[in-house]
Order: sequence, then C-alpha cells, then structure tokens
Amino acid sequence: MKRIFADLHLCPKLNGADQVLRMISKASSLGYHLVAVTFPASFTEEGFRRMRSMCEEAKIDLVSRIDLKPRASRELTYSLRRVRRRFEVVAVMCESKDLARQAARDRRVDLLNFPSFDLRRRFFDYAEAELASKTLSSLEIDVKPLLTLEGPARIRLLSGLRREASIAKEFHVPIVISSGVSSELFLRRPRELASLARLFDLDEASAIEAVSDNPVAVVRRNREKLSSRFVAPGIRIIRGGRDC
Amino acid sequence: MKRLKRRYLALVVDFGGVFGSKELMDAVWSAISKLYGEYGASRTGLTLIDYDVERRIAVVRILHTAVDMVRAALASITKIDDKPVAIHVLTVSGTIRALYKKIKQ
Repeated sequence: MKRIFADLHLCPKLNGADQVLRMISKASSLGYHLVAVTFPASFTEEGFRRMRSMCEEAKIDLVSRIDLKPRASRELTYSLRRVRRRFEVVAVMCESKDLARQAARDRRVDLLNFPSFDLRRRFFDYAEAELASKTLSSLEIDVKPLLTLEGPARIRLLSGLRREASIAKEFHVPIVISSGVSSELFLRRPRELASLARLFDLDEASAIEAVSDNPVAVVRRNREKLSSRFVAPGIRIIRGGRDC
Repeated sequence: MKRLKRRYLALVVDFGGVFGSKELMDAVWSAISKLYGEYGASRTGLTLIDYDVERRIAVVRILHTAVDMVRAALASITKIDDKPVAIHVLTVSGTIRALYKKIKQ
C-alpha cells in the first residue's frame, strides 16, 4: 500500500488566498497527500470549506489546525472547550512548564509544540513524556529552525532535540515532524524531512513514521471523533431510526 | 577489496535565476561540512556528474552509505549567493542509466 505523507504545520498568510493555494499546490507537487494549515479561532467554517474544495482540485487533503498560545492553564482549558469541536488538529505552544504539563495531561490536545529558538523553554522531559504517553498527545518538532539557524544555535538545538527524541521513544510518545514554514521555498519533500530527523538520532523507520503514519493517525482519530456517528472510542452509530 | 556501492541523485534547483555548477557545488559542500564537518564530508564521496542550467537539474554521485547525510545537507540549503533557493532530491538510483530513465518519465 502506498504511504501517505503529511505535513501538519503550514503557516501561510491567510489574507491572500493565492499564497495559500500556491503553498498547498507546492506541497502536493513535493509528494504530500495531506497538509494542515493553521487557522485563527475566528476563521469561518464557510471559508474553510471553500479552501478545502480548492485543495481537492490540487489532489491534496486539507486539515484545519489551530495553534493555542495560552498564558495560563485555565486559559488553555477555556480555549480547548471553545475550539476542540471546530478544528481537526489542536496544537499547544507550550511557553511555560505549568502550561506544558496541563497540555500533556489534557486528552483534547493533539500536538505539543515547544519554542525552538529558546532551549530553556523546551519542557519535554521525563515527567512531560509520561503524562503525554497516557493521553495520546504527540511531540511535534518543526524543522524550520534547523533550516534557518546556523552555528552554535543549531548545534544546541540538535542536541536538545536528540535528548527529547530519546525520551519520547522511551515513553512511546509519537513524534510528528512538521515543516512549520510560511514560505513555499522552505518546504521540503517528506523524505528530506525524514533525513533531517535522522540528525537527532531517529532511526530510519521512526523518521519515516514521523512524517507519515504518526500525523495521519492523529488526523484519522480526530476525524472519527468529530463525525456525527461517533459515540465513544470504539463505539459509533452504524444504523438509526425504527429498524434498529 | 570490497566494491564501493554508489548512488546517483537527480537534484532540482528551485530558484528563479541562474547560477553555475561551481556555485551549486560550493553551496552543497558548504552545507555538508556545516552539518557533518570535514571528516563527514570526506565520507560522502560527492561528485558532480552533470548540471543542466536551463532545466535546473543536477546529477551527483555519492556513496550509498551517505544518501541520508547528503539528503539532509541538501535540505538545509536555503540560500546561494544570498538568494533564496531550495534544492530537492528528485530521484535516487543505483545506475546512471536508470537515473536518466527516471528523470525522463
């Protein structure tokens, strides 16, 4: 069976539909079958539906994603209550330790993302991994900083990512490799992202899974949950009306 | 003596303008040495075979053990001569004849 490659973090500027389309068609030409675009909470359902139909023409599956950047744990809970049923992927940008712990504990969070430019604020440690392993959250690693940073900054980032990847592996927390870019020139082919993931000691199979199986599993799980037939994990309505 | 296995890579240069093979290879070598150092770069066996300036397709030969290293280094190239650029691996092959066949397809 053909492998489905996914990039769950594209950040085009949404004020120009042209740029979004250009970026999505570029992703399609690079071999992606599924991409997630970051939308603001105010984005309308109609706008998203229009964008999805345009993506179908480019033969690519569009996923709605929101990046939550709350300041406190309470704000995170409130935001999750508001947006969870509207977006297929919910990522939390963990700017503080309390927030990281709360996000890892919450089953409504799909992706845990940490600031790449400030290593002191990457809180993915053993405690965080243990919490995340119980709630099906994945660790998201953006490759953009690996492309833009140079010298000692990139060395420090790679060393930090190596440590996080090994912790995630130990606790069976899925790793999702995303691009996190806003320009199409920074987009890379899925196999190139996997090769970049090898820089922080992921083995070949895990690196490929991080750009295919792991992100696709997140989207499938959430689409099932968001469908009207979903009752609980493993239970869904298959027939309704008088004949059942 | 063990025979060296090689791989041929077809590269597409995503860039609006034109630059020569020297600039391209300088950028590739520089990216490899930045990521893996001179020792690592010496283990790639990188050689430029062909560069079509008009189609912006280059063919390079590397050792089969260095495919992932070179792929990662190529992905890390974002600029050549201060101009934004991206280099993608179009296809990988074990023989140069098969590589050209794949490019034509």
